[in-house]
Amino acid sequence: MNQVTFDRVDNDILLIRFAGSWRLTGGLGSSSALDRELQASPPVARVAFDTQGLGDWDSSLLTFLTRVSDVSRQRGVSVDPDGLPGGIRRLLDLAEAVPERAGARKDLSKASLLERTGAGVISGAGSALEMLAFLGNMTVTFVRLFGMKARYRASDLFLLIQQCGAQALPIVTLISFLVGVILAFVGAIQLKQFGAQIYVANLVGVAMMREMGAMMTAILMAGRTGAAFAAQLGTMKVTQEIDAFTTAGFSPLEFLVLPRTVALILMMPLLCLYSDFVGIVGGAAIGVGMLDLSWTTYVQQTMQAVRLTDTVGGVFKSAVYGVLIALAGCLRGLQSGNSSSAVGDAATSAVVTGIVAIIVACGIFAVIFYVLGL
Amino acid sequence: MRDLTMAYGTFVLMRDMSFTINHGDVFIVMGGSGSGKSTLLRHLIGLNEPARGDIFYQEQNFTRADPAQRQQILRRIGVTFQSGALWSAMTLAENIGLLLEEYTELSPAEIREVASLKLALVGLKGFEDYYPSQISGGMQKRAGLARAMALDPRILFFDEPSAGLDPISSRLLDELILDLRDSLGTTIVVVTHELASIFAIGTSSIFLDAESRTITASGPPKDLLAHSRDPKVRRFLTRGEKEKS
Repeated sequence: MNQVTFDRVDNDILLIRFAGSWRLTGGLGSSSALDRELQASPPVARVAFDTQGLGDWDSSLLTFLTRVSDVSRQRGVSVDPDGLPGGIRRLLDLAEAVPERAGARKDLSKASLLERTGAGVISGAGSALEMLAFLGNMTVTFVRLFGMKARYRASDLFLLIQQCGAQALPIVTLISFLVGVILAFVGAIQLKQFGAQIYVANLVGVAMMREMGAMMTAILMAGRTGAAFAAQLGTMKVTQEIDAFTTAGFSPLEFLVLPRTVALILMMPLLCLYSDFVGIVGGAAIGVGMLDLSWTTYVQQTMQAVRLTDTVGGVFKSAVYGVLIALAGCLRGLQSGNSSSAVGDAATSAVVTGIVAIIVACGIFAVIFYVLGL
Repeated sequence: MRDLTMAYGTFVLMRDMSFTINHGDVFIVMGGSGSGKSTLLRHLIGLNEPARGDIFYQEQNFTRADPAQRQQILRRIGVTFQSGALWSAMTLAENIGLLLEEYTELSPAEIREVASLKLALVGLKGFEDYYPSQISGGMQKRAGLARAMALDPRILFFDEPSAGLDPISSRLLDELILDLRDSLGTTIVVVTHELASIFAIGTSSIFLDAESRTITASGPPKDLLAHSRDPKVRRFLTRGEKEKS
């Protein structure tokens, strides 16, 4: 148990006696008594210490002494360290050796709402500008690609194609099948009321081909591949690998972003077609299993309902979505900060940006296709 | 004559820095933590744009150069980053080979030969097919140096080369740096605060001060130790030893 007593000696010297065991587990000791003593009259000129009764001690004593020191300094009272054991004196000297650097302490006060809104708008404008610059640079890079002047490693491209294409098949199968099943199931319940259950095939076929194949695959790939790109590039930024490219005279956009974008442009249409097909199979499973249609009837009905423009439109959209996913992922990766949590944030941001871009593009396509009568 | 003159100011970090690096120098950039040494290095190698001022490489204005000229200048410099910054998806030989592929007409077999040579120069013979994650930190640094030397650059930049190295490795690296300077005539620029290295190999230096945000001293390190009047510089160079009266 820590004990501290205050005594007056010679009228203007405050003697602080420490006794007992001063350990952190026993608390830090109260300063109210200290304040009271320092305020009592006659005024204190010096503070001295007596540690004869002191047992074992640790940082709790040191903290209390620092408090004494601070308060005394504020009141212009000198502190006499002679009564303290050598170890404590050395530690106190150490704590006071480096004075606080002016301006180093962080200002933790919260800015007003107006300030924060303003700061938010400015940073938003800044990031919009960065995105535009990135898109511009990537356009130039693509032009160089077509001019056969872009520099990147073909082996990187093939590896990315494998990662984005072949390795994505299992999850695309699962999701697409499920989407087909859900569409068919929900449609069946309604259409059965009119005895029109055969039109489930139309519903699933057209929905998958026109929209759902491309969109579900895109959202899936945004989460799977967009985040991966952001994490890869973000980590490369932290380890200065991207700086190393720049100083060696390579453009990170050509070397890193371009292969990723090309890989997705090539793979997304294939995945989209595959997704369409698997979705229709899912619908057929419901048609045959629940609605007692035959496989042939279902397939024939689907073939009648789906037009070529539906399929081609869907595939084209998926290619565009692929570009958006790659650019979002790579941009966020390159913008990543320097810590591990920053890389995580970059990955999250890549997915969100990618999905938002996909939905906006989807809306724009809907309008364009409608206007063009497709 | 190889002169690198810099006259620049970055209002937030550093102001009005002018200095010249001569051919064959081992030029040390030193200063306390947070004094902007690494940022200065980034400006010199073209990763940051100065807010004001210009950097010249041999009379050529690097800051205002067009991309083609910039490329040319970058080809003649090599940079060893603090942790090596090796490209993690490639083996050591591929790391060095990438630069050789891009800037020379050598065949793949020849490239491999040259890469092996560079690795042997830094004591990593036999590690050509290892990935960066498979070797230790000190080895990664040396591999980074091998890559920086791939095209026999005229100027080599080092960012904290001794960070994380034991004293013996640090000394070996110093000797390697001097060997490079003597045999290839390379100009060396080192950002560091390792006193042993500074005195062992430095021929010229500048001292960056965090508070005044500019260069507060320049010249050969031994001269600074003997003659400098700035207390911060003296304290830095003597590691805070109390002066004997």
